[in-house]
Amino acid sequence: MLAHYGPQLVNLLAAVLLLLAFAMLSQRRILSLINLFAFQGFILFMATVVVAMITGQTHLYWSAAVTLLLKVFLLPWILHRLIRRLNVKWDVETLVNIPTLMIFGLVLVILAFNLAAPISLLAGTVTRSTLGIALASLLLSFLMMITRSKAVPQVVAFLAMENSLFFAATATVYGMPMVVELGIALDVLVASLILGVFLFQIRSRFDSVDTRHLERLREQ
Amino acid sequence: MGAEAAILVAPLAGGALLALIGHRRYAPEVNAAVSVVTFGAAALLVKRVIEEGSISALEEQFFVDSLNVFLVALTAFVSMTTSLFSRPYMRIERSHGRVTDAGMRLYHAMYQLFCFTMLLVLTTNNLGVMWVAMEAATLTTVLLVALYRTHASLEAAWKYFILCGVGIAQALFGTILVYFAAERILGSGMTALLWTHLDSVKAGLEPTVMSIAFVFLLVGYGTKVGLVPLHNWLPDAHAEGPTPISAVLSGLLLNVALYALIRFKVITDGALERPFAGALLTGFGLLSVAVAAFFLSRQRDIKRMFAYSSIEHMGLITFAFGLGGPVASFAGLLHMTVHSLTKSAIFFTVGHAAQKSGTQLMEGIRGLVRASPALGWGMMLGAVAILGLPPFGVFASEFLILTTAIAQQPWAAPILLVSLGVSFAAIFGKVQAMVFGEPTVARLPHRPALIPVFAHLGIVLLLGLYIPPYLVDWYRRAAQLIG
Repeated sequence: MLAHYGPQLVNLLAAVLLLLAFAMLSQRRILSLINLFAFQGFILFMATVVVAMITGQTHLYWSAAVTLLLKVFLLPWILHRLIRRLNVKWDVETLVNIPTLMIFGLVLVILAFNLAAPISLLAGTVTRSTLGIALASLLLSFLMMITRSKAVPQVVAFLAMENSLFFAATATVYGMPMVVELGIALDVLVASLILGVFLFQIRSRFDSVDTRHLERLREQ
Repeated sequence: MGAEAAILVAPLAGGALLALIGHRRYAPEVNAAVSVVTFGAAALLVKRVIEEGSISALEEQFFVDSLNVFLVALTAFVSMTTSLFSRPYMRIERSHGRVTDAGMRLYHAMYQLFCFTMLLVLTTNNLGVMWVAMEAATLTTVLLVALYRTHASLEAAWKYFILCGVGIAQALFGTILVYFAAERILGSGMTALLWTHLDSVKAGLEPTVMSIAFVFLLVGYGTKVGLVPLHNWLPDAHAEGPTPISAVLSGLLLNVALYALIRFKVITDGALERPFAGALLTGFGLLSVAVAAFFLSRQRDIKRMFAYSSIEHMGLITFAFGLGGPVASFAGLLHMTVHSLTKSAIFFTVGHAAQKSGTQLMEGIRGLVRASPALGWGMMLGAVAILGLPPFGVFASEFLILTTAIAQQPWAAPILLVSLGVSFAAIFGKVQAMVFGEPTVARLPHRPALIPVFAHLGIVLLLGLYIPPYLVDWYRRAAQLIG
């Protein structure tokens, strides 16, 4: 039963991840963006559990647990607190030209699938077809990062990028060794704490967390 | 491992200790003491590697051979001298009111943790841990770049964080792909990420996967090396952070990131059986040299100018490793050493010169020799050394790189020569104006630290005149590893 439906379930979850990446790319409200990020973490958790069940790799259960704790609860909680304290909870960002952004995103997805195709062919994992999606959502988060001008969405994009990488690792190699995965999780946690401190410093300096203030250093 | 383990334990424990000590009066001395202990442990490690050859520890999680041991020694040495330099430097900053007490605590704790992450990147055998440590190196320095809380420093730190964060994410994807290629031969689990194991089976690694992986790794770690066009964060971070941090970023972190790339280059070229990685490194290196030289001549901020000079020299080293072969790799390693020593010495003098003049703009710094001869001559000699004039060591390594380039890739030689010429004219002219002329500078509340400057320049001079035979041997063996 699981052996039959399992891989399809992973594919379904991967498709949801891709949709979420597009949703995050076009989401203008900061609060909804954080909720989308938490949802992405939850889908990632589900996908990891399903892969663990299909393959019987016990260490994947551990990384699923870390994912649930860190990416579904802890990081969104930190972000929620952050936007409340920074008073940007109801901020709406003006994104120029969402249709163009979407088309550009589509091009990136095609690129990612082409790049991933030769690698997927070599992979022996049941989840190999999802590598393209992982790479696509990596590139989409990247696109999100460069199109945003507010600091909090940039941070969310950074974290979404890490989520895609985690999914890539699960899809191609059933996750990295535990020590490495814990190290990466620690880095992500420390990074978001440091970013939090940093956002307060920016705010106390400029009375806003719009990174458009941060464009003065340029080559003359 | 024994006493050598102190190279990692000392900075890690030192970081925690300094976070507790905070801004007490003796914190800079404790910081220096921890760095001295680290250097002592590195010296022991060097001794052991010379006697026994490459060693590994903790179930092969750590691995030291002639390639990384020399970088460990260099990193420990420069971080020691920088900690000595930062004693008076940070005290002066404190009395000028640019740093708060909390800032001093952050500075000292993060300085040691930063040294820890760099030494971890160098000594770990696990490519996953290498990535984690490299990301941690960014995280420890990002708040230091923003230490002064000025508009420009916050902007520089934000840029640094975002660009290096994006870059390092690409490197993680590359590492995952390498693990994927290795898993097919070595089986899943930790061994498939150990560099020594990968190196022994590199001929069997899937070429397509390895070439895609290397491109991602080059973008990722290349961002940290400061290769053009991924260099945007580097001049800002160097110019806006405290000078000791500029010195270690330029002198050490860039080397460490390049070291990571070299390790992957060895495996990738082994898997592809043609110098694919080498060719990419050559191209990016050459581009960095050329672009940096022209940007350099347009700078007005002294630290920005020397930051561009670092991009130029890292480009030159990358180019040398890309060429490959015993001579070019030898020259690359030598250049890594002399550049790191010279550039940190220059930043030491630049830091004090900027403190004396109250500005980092070069037109505001005048007459250093008249006001403080040692400082002025230190900067002049540092500039002469970094520009590759004989008899300094930089001349020897640049000469070797150029002659190999003429032999192997003749088309690249004119580009290198023109770039070196442009940067020579720019730096020499600007430094001369700052060093000589009527002084505009004030006295400092603490004695500047000039011993590290002359210690570094002395070693660079020595390496230009005479490289001891055991060092030649050492570089040769390391160059063989790079291929």
